[in-house]
Amino acid sequence: MIWDFFYKLASPRYFYAITGKWAVWLGWLCLILMVAGLYGGLILAPPDYQQGESYRIIFIHVPSAWMSLFVYVFMAFNAAIGLIWRIKLSEIIARSSAPAGAAFTFLALVTGALWGKPMWGTYWVWDARLTSELILLFLYLGFIALQSAIEDPRQAARASAVLAIAGLVNIPIIHYSVVWWNTLHQGPTITKFDNPSIHTSMLIPLLIMAVAFKLYFFTNLLMRARCEVLLREKDSRWVQELVIEGRISEKTA
Amino acid sequence: MLSSNPYLATIQRDLLLGLRNPGRLLNPLLFYGLVALLFPLALGPEHRLLAQAAPGIIWVAALLATLMTLDSLFRGDFNDGSLELLALSPHPFVLLVAAKLFAQWLLTGLPLILLTPVLGMFFSLTGQSIGILLLTLLLGTPTISLIGAIGAALTLNIRGAGGGALLALLVLPLYIPVLIFAAGTIKAAGAGLPVDGQLFFMAALLVLAITLAPAAVAAALKINMH
Repeated sequence: MIWDFFYKLASPRYFYAITGKWAVWLGWLCLILMVAGLYGGLILAPPDYQQGESYRIIFIHVPSAWMSLFVYVFMAFNAAIGLIWRIKLSEIIARSSAPAGAAFTFLALVTGALWGKPMWGTYWVWDARLTSELILLFLYLGFIALQSAIEDPRQAARASAVLAIAGLVNIPIIHYSVVWWNTLHQGPTITKFDNPSIHTSMLIPLLIMAVAFKLYFFTNLLMRARCEVLLREKDSRWVQELVIEGRISEKTA
Repeated sequence: MLSSNPYLATIQRDLLLGLRNPGRLLNPLLFYGLVALLFPLALGPEHRLLAQAAPGIIWVAALLATLMTLDSLFRGDFNDGSLELLALSPHPFVLLVAAKLFAQWLLTGLPLILLTPVLGMFFSLTGQSIGILLLTLLLGTPTISLIGAIGAALTLNIRGAGGGALLALLVLPLYIPVLIFAAGTIKAAGAGLPVDGQLFFMAALLVLAITLAPAAVAAALKINMH
């Protein structure tokens, strides 16, 4: 049953037909959650007793940092599926994930730097987490650069899939080697769910923002992937009918 | 006379090709020396400062010199079609690729290591630090050759000036763990601390690279050859 659904979803035409509505729903849900999360984080949550108001940047910083890693794993996973089973849609998904992932990484770095100036007295320190986040940004940019350097889309997808997998193998190694090299960043305060060192009034907006960021990613992904599907299938009959008649007819397969 | 063993024959052939083309062999070495010698000019000639910075400088120069050799790694064989013959041969392509990579290391990594003591003397390093430096290079240069070969195989079809910069963008982030462990080993040795742990880490990275990189390189080459 569920496999039938995935099997159908892997067809670009079916994907294009059904995800138009998904993107709209995800987009609205994301907007509602983001407004709620920002209201909770910026207005309802109390100021921190040590960091004052400036800690509020975590409501952007932490979700982007989480997403930066999640998106890379998601992207490499899809790229691998595309490489192994030659599923066109997975290639498209991997390619469409990269810009948003790079943007999240960049956002995490910038918000971290802005927070670091008043807290640590400097925009940048050569700390383990900051450095591995910066390296992650370069891994994303390499993936995007390789994609755009190869003209043939299928070949580009397969070559960059090899790169994404090599990067995925390397991410833990890079992370731990950098941790061993230098550490200043504060330890995780949220993973300890049973006894978190963050107050509930701050934790709830943070989690809402995390979900909102995830929804934003999937909205963005679907919109990019739909464009990419049209571009790659521009010679197929259903795309031509779509352009001429403004809708996908049910008959053409 | 080439060996009848296909892997030995591949190594012999690549070594022969490399030795018949001394420029390909010498230019990266000259580059290595030159990059290392730029630093004293930029930082100033003070011995203490240079001796402290030397291992890092030498390692960065070695990374960049290796990067220089990567583009020619498969280019010639790709252009004249011999790479396709290797791929079509009845022997496992992964192992043939591994043989090529070994020959590549003999041609580029080993001369780099042999030149390093001379550079070490320029930077007034002690005999002991030069020994540790050589040990890290011996464990590290095969790893960076192997990782770099993945990038070289992926960018095989990309012509023009952008190709080299793209290769650097793809490969340099993956070099970071090797660089960190190598520099850490040398620093610990300088402080009189035990270095076994870090050397074991470098050896582990090398084993991992030997295990996985040839397969990735072979896959990447096949993508570019169809």
